[in-house]
Amino acid sequence: MKNTLIALAASVAVLIPAVASAQDDPTKACFIYVGPIGDFGWSYQHHQGLLEAEEHFGDKLETAYLESVPEGADAERAIERFARSGCDIIFTTSFGYMDPTNKIAARFPDVKFEHATGYKREHPNVATYNSKFHEGRYVQGVIAARMSEAGVAGYIASFPIPEVVMGINAFMLGAQSVNPDFQVKVVWANTWFDPAREADAATALIDQGADIITQHTDSTGPMQVAADRGIKAFGQASDMIEFGKETQLTSIIDDWGPYYIERIQAVMDGTWEQHDVWEGMAEGHVVMAPYTNMPDDVKAEAEEIEARIKSGEFDPFTGPIKKQDGSDWLAEGEVAEEGVLLGMNFYVEGVDDQLPQ
Amino acid sequence: MRLELVKRPQQSTLFSALSPFIAFGLTIVAGAILFAALGKDPIETLYYYFIDPLTETWSLHELAIKAAPLILIAVGLSVCFLSSNWNIGAEGQFIMGAIAGSILPVLFPDFQFWFVLPLMLIMGMAGGAAYAFIPAILKVRFNTNEILSSLMLVYVAQLFLDWLVRGPWRNPQGFNFPETRNFHEYAILPEIWSASGRAHWGFVFALVAAFVLWFMLSKTLKGFEVKVIGQSPRAGRFAGFSAGRMVVFAFLVSGAMAGLAGISEVAGAIGQLRPTISPGYGFTAIIVAFLGRLNPLGIVAAGLILALTYLGGEAAQISVGLSDKVVRAFQGSILFFVLACDTLIHYRVRLVRPAQKAEAAHA
Repeated sequence: MKNTLIALAASVAVLIPAVASAQDDPTKACFIYVGPIGDFGWSYQHHQGLLEAEEHFGDKLETAYLESVPEGADAERAIERFARSGCDIIFTTSFGYMDPTNKIAARFPDVKFEHATGYKREHPNVATYNSKFHEGRYVQGVIAARMSEAGVAGYIASFPIPEVVMGINAFMLGAQSVNPDFQVKVVWANTWFDPAREADAATALIDQGADIITQHTDSTGPMQVAADRGIKAFGQASDMIEFGKETQLTSIIDDWGPYYIERIQAVMDGTWEQHDVWEGMAEGHVVMAPYTNMPDDVKAEAEEIEARIKSGEFDPFTGPIKKQDGSDWLAEGEVAEEGVLLGMNFYVEGVDDQLPQ
Repeated sequence: MRLELVKRPQQSTLFSALSPFIAFGLTIVAGAILFAALGKDPIETLYYYFIDPLTETWSLHELAIKAAPLILIAVGLSVCFLSSNWNIGAEGQFIMGAIAGSILPVLFPDFQFWFVLPLMLIMGMAGGAAYAFIPAILKVRFNTNEILSSLMLVYVAQLFLDWLVRGPWRNPQGFNFPETRNFHEYAILPEIWSASGRAHWGFVFALVAAFVLWFMLSKTLKGFEVKVIGQSPRAGRFAGFSAGRMVVFAFLVSGAMAGLAGISEVAGAIGQLRPTISPGYGFTAIIVAFLGRLNPLGIVAAGLILALTYLGGEAAQISVGLSDKVVRAFQGSILFFVLACDTLIHYRVRLVRPAQKAEAAHA
């Protein structure tokens, strides 16, 4: 009896400071990156989001991150370590963290999990988020068709997943709106980050006659090759102008800061709820780097299209659009459903590549 | 003036035994200096590195998960290395074991019975052994260099796995992502003690394999044969041992162990095949094997220590903000000191002056 009382008293003593400090303690947000924060692409931009959140919240926020975490068994351990080390919200920023995120979320119902680019939300404490990068790719397509003399662009793609296929299609549609005969050549690099392989792909594409390079991989390798060869290119994920001052036309910047601030705020307020977010230019999640190295009329045209997409007046996937095999996909004026885009596994007419199946 | 290494006529047994500990001590000192130079508290950082991961149950489970493949592969490699067969391709045998073991859950997902898992483990071992048989038979028949052939087969295995998960084995419901379907429940290696963490039976396999191979190497004629052929093939021939059969035996054992590690990792920790299933376990295990003095029981300790540096590296990244790069450099320094200590036990350093050499040439 006496022992029970002591145990009870002890547990109350432990509980009281825990409750009291819960209010004073800063909220802890933790991030897991698939690449190094110095990749100047995907992981770099997520880290910029972390830094933005730190600046916004000051003392109220504590952060931690792990970089270069391989997808697989190591990812599960890394996420669990965060969940146990007092993180209130954990952002897992690569598709391959999807299953580990959901597994750990089941065991830590009080921790919020945010998984980027995935589709599984098996527990109420898992949310997913992504951005409509294809809106920026449409604008790039328009610019490419205006700037290319050969009428051929080279596209360095990572994996044939819907998001990447969607990007190729949006780029193609943008280019076709200017030049119906425009060609897009695709190389599948099968990596998100491998500067040497990406650079090789860029070289191969240029040798095949492409005089504009765009990429859906994360390093600055292709930009540097384009700069050496004296042609133009688009940056990816962050502003890569430092790597191609005479080369970069624009870049799609992933701006995660506003989203991270919003979600961390929700945790602080106790209003966090599961959701699936897919937002683009209108919400400021997709930002175009300054239009450079192009004549003023092209710049004006790009800015105009950007404004129309931002205002919601225009959607890149507006019919009439045919599939690659010539069959009809969208009728005149019809806009693609989000569900179809998120599972996109076909090319639109005119893409000079066979989708790996 | 230059440095020369001269073989010591006699090696100190005391220092041979102490060498791993001296190396570890030197690593700690070098690490402390490195951390202090980076402006981190060295004591705190070392605490997170080596002590913190051992203070919690879940973390011990993670240690077992990380150490299991390293130990399994390394004990198999010890048989190879003791018999002077330089199998550098354990990474490839690991992958092939994982692929062979995954045939059932990936291609026949509806085939769900309790004996699926045992079959997978056997097929995994067979796959790894079969893949190791290639460099072995090439060495016996054509006298090829097994270091090159086994190493190059690693890349073949990696690309084969890559092709499988992007092509014929890709998950039909996976939105074209390069991964196979998730294994069904009968194909998952159970957790040892699921209430406290997710360590699976792979760690038990590792301990059993280490004990069995230790017994074989130290208590049986086969073990004697392995060592005699390794130290002196000529003496082995006089004793009536066949060097060719030993090559095949050593490769089959280490291939089977690597294959078992592969299928255990896939069925236990990952739950599906992905383009990369190993962060280089097959290569790290070579280090583990030598760190453990090619003694299976020593290898268990070495595997746990190396696994600890991975976990501790993460803890240090989170807790004191150490960069990922520093973590890897520190890990590398452990191996540097181990090799340096071993070298200095076998050799002593002598300064050679060019003048002396000229005189010597005259004479």
